[in-house]
Amino acid sequence: MTSYRNDNAAVLNLVRPQAVHRDVYVSPEIFELEMELLWRNTWIYVGHDSQVPTAGDYYTTEVARQPVIMIRGTDGLVRVLMNRCAHKGAKLVSARSGTCEAGLLRCPYHGWTYRPDGSIRTIPVRSGYDGTGFDGTTAAKGVVVVHNVVNYRGFVFARLSAEGPSFDEYFGASLSSIDNLVDRSPSGRLEIAGGVLRYMHDCNWKMFIENLNDTMHPMVAHESAAGTAKKLWAGMPEAVPKPMAIEQFLPFVNGYEFFDKMGVRLYENGHSYTGVKFSIHSNYSAVGEYEKGMEQAYGAERAREILGEIRHNTVYYPSLTIKGAIQSIRVARPIAHDKTLIESFTFRLVGAPEKLLQRTVLYTRLINAPTSVVGHDDRHCYRAIQDGLTTDGNEWVSLHRNYVPAETDGMAGDYNGTSEVSMRGQYRAWARFMSGGVADGAKS
Amino acid sequence: MSNQSIDDAAAVRFVFDEARLVDERRLDDWFDLFTDDGRYWMPLTRGQPDGESHTSLFYEDKLLLRVRVERLKSPRSFSQSPPSYCQHVLQQPMIESSDLARQAWVVRTPFIYVEAQADEQLVLAAVSWLHLVALDGRLRIRLKKVELLNCDAALPSIQLFP
Repeated sequence: MTSYRNDNAAVLNLVRPQAVHRDVYVSPEIFELEMELLWRNTWIYVGHDSQVPTAGDYYTTEVARQPVIMIRGTDGLVRVLMNRCAHKGAKLVSARSGTCEAGLLRCPYHGWTYRPDGSIRTIPVRSGYDGTGFDGTTAAKGVVVVHNVVNYRGFVFARLSAEGPSFDEYFGASLSSIDNLVDRSPSGRLEIAGGVLRYMHDCNWKMFIENLNDTMHPMVAHESAAGTAKKLWAGMPEAVPKPMAIEQFLPFVNGYEFFDKMGVRLYENGHSYTGVKFSIHSNYSAVGEYEKGMEQAYGAERAREILGEIRHNTVYYPSLTIKGAIQSIRVARPIAHDKTLIESFTFRLVGAPEKLLQRTVLYTRLINAPTSVVGHDDRHCYRAIQDGLTTDGNEWVSLHRNYVPAETDGMAGDYNGTSEVSMRGQYRAWARFMSGGVADGAKS
Repeated sequence: MSNQSIDDAAAVRFVFDEARLVDERRLDDWFDLFTDDGRYWMPLTRGQPDGESHTSLFYEDKLLLRVRVERLKSPRSFSQSPPSYCQHVLQQPMIESSDLARQAWVVRTPFIYVEAQADEQLVLAAVSWLHLVALDGRLRIRLKKVELLNCDAALPSIQLFP
């Protein structure tokens, strides 16, 4: 068995322009290296600032498997702290979210308290540390603060490593998908609402991420779900308005041509979105007074521009995928080489009709829930890959579809929607970070 | 029979019969137990007020239930190869409310639910609230609400009907 640690060449050999070696999915060692090199050196989605609306509010999650606290300070800033007491290392907060007592984080073990900026407020019987050499240690500074944090229009990202690409360099023009999602709120504000679906997957995280812009699978994998919905509705007269659930299911079994013409746009560093021209969300019925409210907020022309952008999935490699057109996001939290938690959140567009929240709540239940008939078949296929890749005789995973050698000059641009170019773009970024390289566009 | 009123004991017995239909995968018969406006609801949080503005695990009207039941018959339901089987282990159902004049009941039943597929088995604990009405002399489900003990946990696929 190959050992990849300290063998950069062996890691790089796993990625060819149009194929990847199975070890990127099945090797526990590669997974460990991914956490150290890819997930620490890139910008990982932490949470949305509406989850911590007032000072002292916190939300806990993990970045690269390390527990972190997203917390709002008395200065209004949202910070990301390592969820570790400076003293003996206990996780300070175990609840998923809440408000800290008296505005302070307090360790449940010895009662050390911290301000929301991580600094120590009190240590019981502090005099016990006098003359011990404690002052000047890392512990004396308090909870470790993640310094590289950016709150982009409410979306909070963190980069754990001290060195690495800047936020703007890393995401570049791909941020237009977040822009479009936020702009869809007539007030320009989003609120996480409607709960979080937490769906445990027994597969590698990349299978999920790659699937988001894999447009050759819906009509196959989801035939039993969406195809059944289509058949059940087939006898209904035209005049009967389609229930929202039917509107949401049907496009999953659209043909290859539909998904191909939808188009995919690539950015550097593994980011991409499908639905450049239109998407599976394009033909949803209008919702009440929403468009009128948007016109009042932005003017008719700008409102049309915002609502005319109906993207499918945007992948903010490696952790976040968003659906701006129906204000939902899915977040990948890798746990092991064959275990990944997918968390799905929905947004209220503040100032827009409640019906839009209900629409995204329905969609996320139909598609992203542990009880979803669409999700079941996706998860089944991911696990089938995880198992199938252990077979001998073919160690390579083909990503050839619509490959052209010219891609390697730089991948940003528009491609046909059924191309596997988004995956090739992800692995190009993967290889660069896994070999300790820097982001495209970053200063060397 | 249609004029004969249904008593509390029949409502309790119904709970066992209903679970048995699911466990035996007689899903068309199970589907027919729901009224036309019937719903199968599994909230995502404790004390969740509704299923419209908050996501649920299930919040199925009859159309969505029909999609599920029909899908399970499809040879292309890949996640059902091999098929899942389930078993409800019910605690004694208790009548929470009973209106014999209007022939309407609410029955509360704590239960353990086991869903097995090949070598894996998922065990869930839950409480069901069956809102029953009598139509044409037989009991029907207006609402089956299932409160999962660990509704907010990271869950694997739940493919049948707890």
